[in-house]
Parts: sequence; C-alpha cells; structure tokens
Amino acid sequence: MEKSAEKKEFELARSIEKEEKSKRAEERLLGLADSLYNQFLLGIVPHISLPSRTKANIEYSSKEDVWVYGDQETTRSVNTVRGAKTLLKTVHLAELLIKEHLKNNRGSTLREIYYISENWDIAKFHEQAESDRLIEDLEIVTTMHREDFHVRPEEDGAAVFGPLRLKEQTRRGEKEMHCQEDVGEAGYQIPFNVDNIEFLSHDAKMVMAIETGGMYARLIENGFDEEYNAILVHIKGQPARSTRRIIKRLNSELKLPVVVFTDGDPWSYRIFASIAYGAIKSAHLSEHLVTPSARFLGVQPSDIVDYNLSTDKLTDKDLQALRSELTDPRFNTPYWEKQIKLQLDLKKKAEQQAFAGKGLDYVTKTYLPERLSEMGII
Amino acid sequence: MEIAEELAKHQKAISVAEFFEKNRQILGFDSAPRALITCVKEAVDNSLDACEDAGILPDIFVQIKKSGDYYQVIIEDNGPGIVPEEIPRVFAKLLYGSRFHTLRQSRGQQGIGISAAVLYTQLTSGKPTRVISKIAPTRPARYCELLINTAKNEPEILKSEDVDWERPRGTRIELEMEGSYVRSRRQSVYGSLKSTAIVNPHARLTLVEPEGNMEVFERATESLPKKAYAISPHPAGIELGELIKLLRYTDKKKLRVFLKETFSSIGAISAQELCSLAGLDPDVPPVDLDHEAAKKLHAAFKQIKVKSPPVDCLSPIGEELIKAGLEKEFRLDFIATTVRPVSVYSGNPFLVEVGLGFGGELERESRIELLRFANRVPLVYQQGACAMTHAVESVSWKNYSLSQPTGSGVPVGPAVLLIHVASTNIPFTSESKDAVADVPEILVEIDLGLKEVARKLRRYLSRQSILSERREKEEIIRKILPRIAKKLSEVLGKGEPDIGPVVAKIMGNLLVYRKVEKSNGHLFVKILVENHSDLLRSFKLHEVLAVQADRVTPEARVISMADGYDYHWKLSIAPGKSAALSYSIASDGVTLTEPVIEGLDAEIVTGARVI
Repeated sequence: MEKSAEKKEFELARSIEKEEKSKRAEERLLGLADSLYNQFLLGIVPHISLPSRTKANIEYSSKEDVWVYGDQETTRSVNTVRGAKTLLKTVHLAELLIKEHLKNNRGSTLREIYYISENWDIAKFHEQAESDRLIEDLEIVTTMHREDFHVRPEEDGAAVFGPLRLKEQTRRGEKEMHCQEDVGEAGYQIPFNVDNIEFLSHDAKMVMAIETGGMYARLIENGFDEEYNAILVHIKGQPARSTRRIIKRLNSELKLPVVVFTDGDPWSYRIFASIAYGAIKSAHLSEHLVTPSARFLGVQPSDIVDYNLSTDKLTDKDLQALRSELTDPRFNTPYWEKQIKLQLDLKKKAEQQAFAGKGLDYVTKTYLPERLSEMGII
Repeated sequence: MEIAEELAKHQKAISVAEFFEKNRQILGFDSAPRALITCVKEAVDNSLDACEDAGILPDIFVQIKKSGDYYQVIIEDNGPGIVPEEIPRVFAKLLYGSRFHTLRQSRGQQGIGISAAVLYTQLTSGKPTRVISKIAPTRPARYCELLINTAKNEPEILKSEDVDWERPRGTRIELEMEGSYVRSRRQSVYGSLKSTAIVNPHARLTLVEPEGNMEVFERATESLPKKAYAISPHPAGIELGELIKLLRYTDKKKLRVFLKETFSSIGAISAQELCSLAGLDPDVPPVDLDHEAAKKLHAAFKQIKVKSPPVDCLSPIGEELIKAGLEKEFRLDFIATTVRPVSVYSGNPFLVEVGLGFGGELERESRIELLRFANRVPLVYQQGACAMTHAVESVSWKNYSLSQPTGSGVPVGPAVLLIHVASTNIPFTSESKDAVADVPEILVEIDLGLKEVARKLRRYLSRQSILSERREKEEIIRKILPRIAKKLSEVLGKGEPDIGPVVAKIMGNLLVYRKVEKSNGHLFVKILVENHSDLLRSFKLHEVLAVQADRVTPEARVISMADGYDYHWKLSIAPGKSAALSYSIASDGVTLTEPVIEGLDAEIVTGARVI
C-alpha cells in the first residue's frame, strides 16, 4: 500500500513537471514570435541571432567540463530571400509546435515534421536536414530541448545490456525491467526520451559504450557483462542524443565510470568526442548530453603496434580527417596528439573485430582486462 | 667552262604553277580535309564577290559527293556568269584576276584561289575541271573542261562548247579531288559555310553533304551590303619605293596635279602644302624628281595631316547585320556591336568591326568562341597566329566580367566574339589566308573595338545584377514578408503588424510615418520621415487639412485652397537621417488624408502618396 502511494506521488510529480515544461516551451516559442512581431512594429528588419555552429566557435566551459558555443553569432534576417524564407519557415514551425504539439499534447518525429511542411507552400522544407537544423535552432533560441516540444527522432535501435533494473514511463503505463534478465539477446532498447526512465537498482562497476554490433554481441556471448559487472551500451555508430543522454545519466546518477570502445580510425575518435566532449552541431546541449569523465578505451593507434593487429591502410579521406582532428580544440590534449600523430606515421587503422584474429576469447580474456586495469578501472 | 657558266645552264624561270605544284600548303591544300574546305571556300568567295559586283542576292549551292576514291565538289551560283573567252584563264591560270590592281575591298585579291583548286584537282585525281557559265538568259551557256599547263601557267582546254543550261545566268564548277569529309567541328565545310553565313546575311547558302543530308543557311536580310568602290592610294604610311614607282610612271605633267590626282584625301591645298614642305616646285614634272627629291616628298607626307581615306572603298557588315548574323546562328541573351572608323596602314584603308554575344545557350566553363573574318571571309585555321587572336588575348577581360584564368589569353565564359577586318588589302601571314599579320595599326583598332563591346557587356551585366537584386527584394516584400506578418499575428492572436517601415528599410526607401494622438479635442500629429537610401533626398511634403493647424513645427508654407489648407515643408534629408514634423488641429469631424510627397519617384517612397 505504501509503495502504491509513493508511486502515485511520483507519477503526479512527473506529470506536473511535464506540464510545466510544456508550458515553458510554449511561452518561449511565443516569446520568439513576439520579438519578431515587435521588430515589425519598431521598423527593425526582422532577424534572429544564433551562435555560429562551427569548429571555430566552440570553447571549453570549465564550469561544466564540456565544450559549448562561443560568442560568434550569425544573423538570419529578411534582408535576403534565403534568410526571409528561413524566418518564414521558423514561424510556421513555431506555430506547429505551439498549436499542434503543446496545446494538444501530441508529438511528431523529425521525419514527420519534414512531411508536414508539404502544405506550407513556399515555406516547405527542401530536405529533412533543413527541418532538423531549424529545430536545433529553436532549441538554442528557447534553451529548451526538442523533447520539450514533443519532437522525437526516429528509433535508431541503440541498446543497453547489463546488471541494471529500471522503470520506463510509456504511453501504455509504467514498465519495470532488468536489463539482463527481462530482455532478449539484443538488450533493452533505449527510448527516445531517456528522461522517462528511472534507474531502480544496479550491480554494475562500469559502463562500456561499444561502437559496433559485432563487438557488443561478442561481449554478451562471452559473458563479459556478468564477469566484470559491466553495463554494455551499443551506440550504433555516431550515437543519437538518447544514447548519449543515457550514458550521461548512468555516469552522473549512478556514479559509474564510462569507457568507450570503438574502431581505431578517425571517425571513431569523433564518436568518442561526441560522448565525452560534445558535438559541434549540438554544443548547445552539451551540458545535458556530455559525459566529460568518459575515457577512451580503444582501439588506440598504439594498440595496433602493441597487439600487432591486422590493419587496413588509411585512405586519403581518413588522413584528412585525422589532420582536421589535430586542429579540433576538443582533441587538443597530449594523449590525443600523441595517438593521432602515431597513426599518421603508421598510416594504418584497425577495427574492433581485428581481435578475432587472435581467437574469439582474446578480446574478453586478454585485451579488455589489460586495458581496463591499465586505466585503473578494474 | 667556268663553274658559274656550268651552273648558268641549269638556271631557268619557274612557272608560278610549277611553284605551287610543289608548295601546295602555301595555298591551303596541305591536308585531305582541308583541301575540300579550301576548295569550297575559294569557289564560294568568288561567287559572293561576283554577285555583289552585279548587285544580285547570292544563292549558292554546294554539293560534296563521294565518287570512287575521290570527292566530287560542285559549286553553283546565280551570279552574273563569265564571258566564254575568259572562262579558261579565270579557272586555269594562276595569278589571273580582276582585283589585284584595284584598291577596293573584295574577298579574292590575287587571282590564285580557284585556279589553285583546279591545279590540286588535276594533281590528285588527274581529272579536268568542268565549268558551265551563262551570262544572260538569251545567250547559250558555255561548257569547258580545263587543265593547267603547269610549265607555262596557261590553260589547256580539253573541251569548249555551247550547251543548254536551265539557269538564266550563273556559274557551276565541278572538281574531283582527293579529300576527306569531316563534320561536327568548326574546321569543316559545314563550319566554314556557317561562319560565312554569319557575316554574309544577304546570302542563301545550301550544302548537300556526302550522305545526302541538306543544310540551308537562310538569308537574314534582303538588302545587299553597301558596294565598295575603288579608290586611289592613301598617303599615310606609303613606302618610298612605291612613291618613286608612282612618280616614274605617272602621265601627269605637274607635281601638284600628280599629288591631287594620284592619292585619295589630298586636295589642292594639301598638295601645295606638301610641295612647300618638301621644298619642291609644284609645277615640276613628276618624272623629273630624283631620288633625293622623292625622299624629301616622302618626308613631307609624314609631316602633314591628311584626312582619313573615304569609307566607300570598304564594305563593312554593319552593326545591324552583325547582330542579325549572330542572332541567326546562336541563342544569346545580349549582343553588343561596334564599327570602328576607317583607319590606314601602309596606305591601305581598313576598318575593324566587333560583335560580342553573351549568355543564352553558350558554354559557361570553356573558352569563348572566336569568329575571325577578313573581308567577310571566315578564317578557320591558325587561330593562334592571327592578329585578331593576339588582340583578344592582350585585353584584360577580368575588368569586363569575363574570367581569364591565367591572367591573359582567350577568356573563359558564355560569350562569342566576332571580329571582322575589312581592307582594300588584308595583310595575311601567308597566301593560304589563314591569319592576319600583327600590323600595329590593325592591332590597335581591334583592341579599341574589343574594349568598346566589352564595356557594353559590363554595363549590361551590372544592370542585370541590379535588376536581379531588385527582383530578389521584390520577392521578399511581395511574397515572404506579408506571410511572416500574417503567421505571426495568427500565432500570437494579435493584429497584423504594419510591414511598411521594414519594407522601406529593405528597399532603401524614404519612409513617411505618421502618429496621431488625441487629447482635449485636439489631434496631435507627428510625422517622421526617414531616409533609408544612400542618397540625399530633397522633396516637398504636403499635408492637406480641412481646417487651420496650430503649433506647426518646423514652420510650413500654407496655401489656402477652396476646401482647406495645403501645408507643405521643403525637406532635404541625408542618407540614414530623418526629419520630424508636428502640428495640432481641432479634432471634431477631421479625417486625415495620406501625406503627399512631391518630387520623388513613387517606387522609392513608402507610406505616402507621390505626385
């Protein structure tokens, strides 16, 4: 009985919180519309200022330990046809979010919003990237998250497997489950709004984010999660916001160390960077999504030498990406400088699966234990 | 016997025909494809010259047929025809013609071209050339089969007889020669005829190709080009040797008469002036002048100013027909043309015409197309060796909105350049007439002509960009801004905002903005005038009121009218500045009409009526 009352109280608090968020989102979108409206009245050429979202304009915030946007701004004004159309689209989008989403408690996916704009005549989006970007702009202007506007991404299938019990608030009520015992081989699928999850209990010592499905399945098959009490997160390439958010919450709420295990190539280092430092495209969300204490496990360029892994040659694009990382402020640390320069010398890259060449158990019996103890995690 | 005497036995005159037999490349018969082009070109040039002389609109038929290992080339025209006695020498004797000794613009000059084709025919296929010509409907046509006796440079007549021919007049020539037919590039029979059609818009050219395909280049005009008249030599730039020759062989008895009659642009006064400058007696017989005297006279020529040679020795295409010609063969957005005044090099009058076509369907990424013409004849070979090309290369095209990737050279962009040099004597680099020599006077004139059309192009393009900017702004103002305003009012549930002030800012207009407050039975009116343009705006602003106003600041001039008062202010507002006006009136029953601006264009004013 006691529990049920507690539960009710929790649910009530949740729904009040949600309602407040919706209200705030609506207010801020209206605020944006109002400022444009007033610009008309004052005879100011209507415009919106946004931080410019480039590599040159991200800086380290020592307060939060993450990378955020700097002071450089771009202005979108009606002085050009492009700017005017973008503002018109912005107003259309704000109207959709206010009138359809927030007032009626409905939601759409990013893809659906792109299709909804079909009826907006000259304000129609030309591609989904355009509407996605505009939603990010609205997040920045209102300092809200797209979830607060009831905008969700398409499911991307990222999953969690490990000694963790959690509770998820779904449209069909609450679901409680254990991420080893109650899930199939693929694990627990991460929902788009991670803030609908409550962690109940766990028996974990670390969180390991894994780039490829093959390695994730290998670790589960070898029972790595049980042996080392690890929560495995399959990040499926470049991690979605929800994946980065759940890693962040596992780290900050459960105080678990996070390690990132990817391929050994420049693109994979960017995956790590987006988890640990933040992404250039969404630096406005860094404080919400980034896990500054996450550490890179491998595959390190030095592992290629130390473990004598079978490799591929770096392509011209790989080399270019590596060199660009040398000028990326996020990689400006002695560790990365050393590793990237080594790889530029080697001109080689290695996949996670390269360990299979030494036997199927090599990665769980030898490489990971060695690396983890080197990093002081076990 | 001395060696010299031994050698002397072998020395003998070379017939010009023998010389060209061994040096056919000089005449443009150096390769199989080129032989066909040159042959057609020479025959068509002759036909066009003949038609122009006779005042006939040319209608020229060209057919090329495969005949065994050889090509048969047939060219037929509706020209005046050739008298039967002349046919053999016109076609089968080199350096025989009517144009060499006159100073007049024509396509043919030396009397080599067509006989060279006849020579090439007999060299390669061994066959005679067949000619039919008829000079009047009432006269029979003459048919000849001809070869050239190369040792003597004289015609060898195999057959000559009168025949029936359905044409009222004209000439037909059939040659059978080695060759090879190419298409789909500018250096081809097709390309050469196409270029010919551009600068001869009065001619109809028909081409039947070996596979039977027929191309007709239609006329763009029914009027013949202005006839070019023969003139006397012009004194500017005449060489000493030429002057001595003229002095020796003249039949004039007195020097001043000789000067006046022999040269163009010299009258009695300048003849007198020349004599006194040279220190010579004006009445001395010219034949008596020795080398020293001739030198003095030659020096005097350089000192006096003579007017330009008469234009009528030249027949320019004209700006209108250049335009018509370019329009006929290309799809273009813009055409600029220019005809330079007549100028002189070495006593030869010449003039330069330039046409420039831009945009349309022309290739954007490649070098511009260059069409070179000399006396209305297209030049297709040796573009790199030609004065016209050199002039184009030395213009800095970047200043005229065309790109020139290496800083010099033929520019890149969607343009076609037509250059025509007309002269009584075109200085070709070789007898094959492929390229005009780099004569400084000619280079200067081409350069000036190019820059003239280039300036026109630049003006056109900058006008276009202003227009497109204006169009862009109009799109913002007409289509996008009202929608933003409407959407905002829908989202906020407020009235639609006035977009006028924003429009004025975007368009760089003058904004007139009136605010009215009502209190104590009075209307307090404020008028704000903002100048958003980058020019000083001076104008009058009128307020027409039914009753008299109080507190008018600054003071306005008032004209009382039948039904009220016209208050007006003379204003001058600098860019980015504004002016404020105010007054008050009794409010009962008063309705304000829109403020009126006088002295500005309606499209640069927002918020007021313009008169």
